[in-house]
Amino acid sequence: MSTDRTPWAAGSVDVIVIGAGQSGLAMSYFLTARGIEHVVLERGAIANSWRRERWDSLRLLTPNWQSCLPDYAYAGERPDDFMTMPEIVAFISGYASFARAPVHTGVEVQSVTSVFGGYRVGTNHGSWFTRAVVLASGAFNRPHVPALSQNLPPGLHQITAFDYRNPDSLPPGGALVVGGSATGLQLAAEIHASGRPVTMATGEHLRMPRTYRGFDIQHWMQVTGLLDQRYDEFDDLDRLRKLPSPQLIGSEQRSTLDLNALADRGVRLCGRLAGLRDGHLQFSGSLRNVCRLADLKLNRLLDGIDRWIEINGGLGATAPYRLLPTRIVDPPCLAIDLRAGGISTVVWATGYRPDYSWLQVPVFDRKRQVRHDGGVVEAPGMYILGLPFMRRRKSSFIHGAEDDARELSQHLAAHLDAQSRARAFKFPKSA
Amino acid sequence: MMNLQQTTVDNGVDVQALLEAREALSAAPEGAAFVWRASSTWAGGTHTQSRIEKFYGLGEEQSHRTEFEIDTDHPELFAADDNGATPVEVVLVGLAGCLTAGIASVAQNRGIQLHSVRATLEAPMDLQGVLGIDPDVRNGFASVRVRYEIDADAPASDIAALVAQSQKRSAVFDIITNPTDVHVEVSKV
Repeated sequence: MSTDRTPWAAGSVDVIVIGAGQSGLAMSYFLTARGIEHVVLERGAIANSWRRERWDSLRLLTPNWQSCLPDYAYAGERPDDFMTMPEIVAFISGYASFARAPVHTGVEVQSVTSVFGGYRVGTNHGSWFTRAVVLASGAFNRPHVPALSQNLPPGLHQITAFDYRNPDSLPPGGALVVGGSATGLQLAAEIHASGRPVTMATGEHLRMPRTYRGFDIQHWMQVTGLLDQRYDEFDDLDRLRKLPSPQLIGSEQRSTLDLNALADRGVRLCGRLAGLRDGHLQFSGSLRNVCRLADLKLNRLLDGIDRWIEINGGLGATAPYRLLPTRIVDPPCLAIDLRAGGISTVVWATGYRPDYSWLQVPVFDRKRQVRHDGGVVEAPGMYILGLPFMRRRKSSFIHGAEDDARELSQHLAAHLDAQSRARAFKFPKSA
Repeated sequence: MMNLQQTTVDNGVDVQALLEAREALSAAPEGAAFVWRASSTWAGGTHTQSRIEKFYGLGEEQSHRTEFEIDTDHPELFAADDNGATPVEVVLVGLAGCLTAGIASVAQNRGIQLHSVRATLEAPMDLQGVLGIDPDVRNGFASVRVRYEIDADAPASDIAALVAQSQKRSAVFDIITNPTDVHVEVSKV
C-alpha cells in the first residue's frame, strides 16, 4: 500500500490534491519530483471510482499497452487485451505505491473556500490550509438522468449505469437502454445476452471500429496524433468536451460493437428518447440523421488514418476498407406503449456530471461547469484534471493523465514560486 | 480549414454576422429568447388566410420588412375550393426552407461554393386518420422523404455532411421529429 498515514493530523501543506485516481496520482508524482510538499486526499480507497462505481463486466476500452502513468507502464502479458475492473484497480493502486504518493484515504472533502494566500479545505477529519488545490476528483461522479425519468410509471424498474452491476439484478422482461455511448452499447449487449429483449434509444453518437487495417483503433488515434491534439487548437471546444464516449468495447475478441452489431443480435433501435405522452414513450424521428452523422464522421476518421498511412507508411497495415452504413429498420420505432410494450426496465446510460458541490469558490460558469483554461482554473493556484478534452483529446483517459499533470505541475510550481517571491518582497528582512 | 481557392466562396450568407450573433448571445442569453407569431382568419369553407409580420427577439418587438400573407385551403378533390396549398403542404415548405437555409449557411461556414440546391419533398399520409375511420392510423404524416440534388464545389461526402449538419441544427426538423408542447385556448367573442 502507499504511504497511507492513519491517524493523521490536518494542518498546513503547500498543495492538496483531491482524489487518488489516475489524475491525482500522476500529479502527485510530478509534485514529488519537483520537491513540492503535498497530500492527496481520497474519500474512499485508492482508485475509488473504479472500485465502487462501475459495473462488474466492465473493461477498459483502451488496450493495455496504452495504459501508462508517469514512469510506469503496463507490464503484463496481454498488451493487446483490455483490463478488467480489478486489474485497473490493481494497476492504479500499484502506481500509488510506486510513486510513494502521500495519500490519505477515507478523507472526504466537504468544502474548499478561499483564504488569504490560498485555500481552506474542510474534510470529515478536520481542516487543511493549503496554497494550491488540484481538483482530481473525476468527471463522472454523478449519473445524469433526464427529467423525463420522474414521469415514468412507478412500476417500471429504472437504473442508471452508475448503479448497474450486472443483468441478474434486473427483473425479467424487456429493457430499454437510453443512450448510445460506449456504456449504453455495452450494457445493451450484455442485457440482451441475458435473455432480456433490448431496445436501444440513441441520439448523436460516435461510431468507431475496434480495429482498422490490422491494428487497434487506439493505435491509429495515437500515432496520427489525434489523442495529443490540444484544446487550444479548436474553436468549438464546448461541443468537443460534451461528445459521448465512442462506441467501443474492450474484449479479447477485439470485436466492434456498433449499432449494426447490436441489430445483428436482435436489439431494436430507436431514436433519442424525446417524450412521454398518454403512457407512450416517444422517440425522435431524427434517428436516420444521427446515424448518418456518425457514419460520415467515422469515414472522415478512417480517411484521415488512410492519409496518414500514405504519408508515413503503416508497417503491417492491411488494405483500407469502410464499414457498412448503419442500418435503420423501416419504419423506425417512434413510440412504445409502456403498458403493452414489454419493457420492464429502463437503463439510463445518459452520461455523468462531476460533483463539485463542495467547491465554494466562484469558479463556475452559468451551467455550473468549472471555468478553466486547459486545466488552469480561474482561481489562483487551482487546477483541474481528468475532464474530457480538458487539455488534450486524451485528457479523460488513464494514459492522458501524464502529460496534463506534468504541464500543470509546472504551472503550479511557478505559481508557488511567484507567490513566495511576492511575499518575500512584501516582508523584507527587518531593518 | 484552409480554402486555397482564389475566389471567395459566396453563397449569399453572412456567416460572420451569424458567428458574431452567436458570441453575443452566449454572453447575453436573454437576447436569444425569440417568439415567432402568426395570425389567421377563416375565409369560409376550409379556406384560411394567415398573416405574418411581427416577432419578438433580442429583447424587443421586431417586424418583418412587410407583412406576408399565406392562404391555405383543401383541394377540389376534398370538395373544397383550392384557394391555397393545404396546411400539411405548407409544413413541407417550412421544412424545405429551414433545411435549405441551413445548407447554405453551413456551406458558407465551411467554404463550399454552392451552385444549385433543389429539394423535392414527399409525405405519405393515410386519410383514415383524419377521417376517423381507423383509430390506429395517425392524423399526420406516416413519414417524410426529402430528396436533395446539390451542385457544389465539393466531394459528395462533404455535400452529404452539409445536409446532415443542416438537419442537426434545423428548427423545423426538430419540430417535426420531436414532441412539442402545444396549448390551444378558446374564448367566445
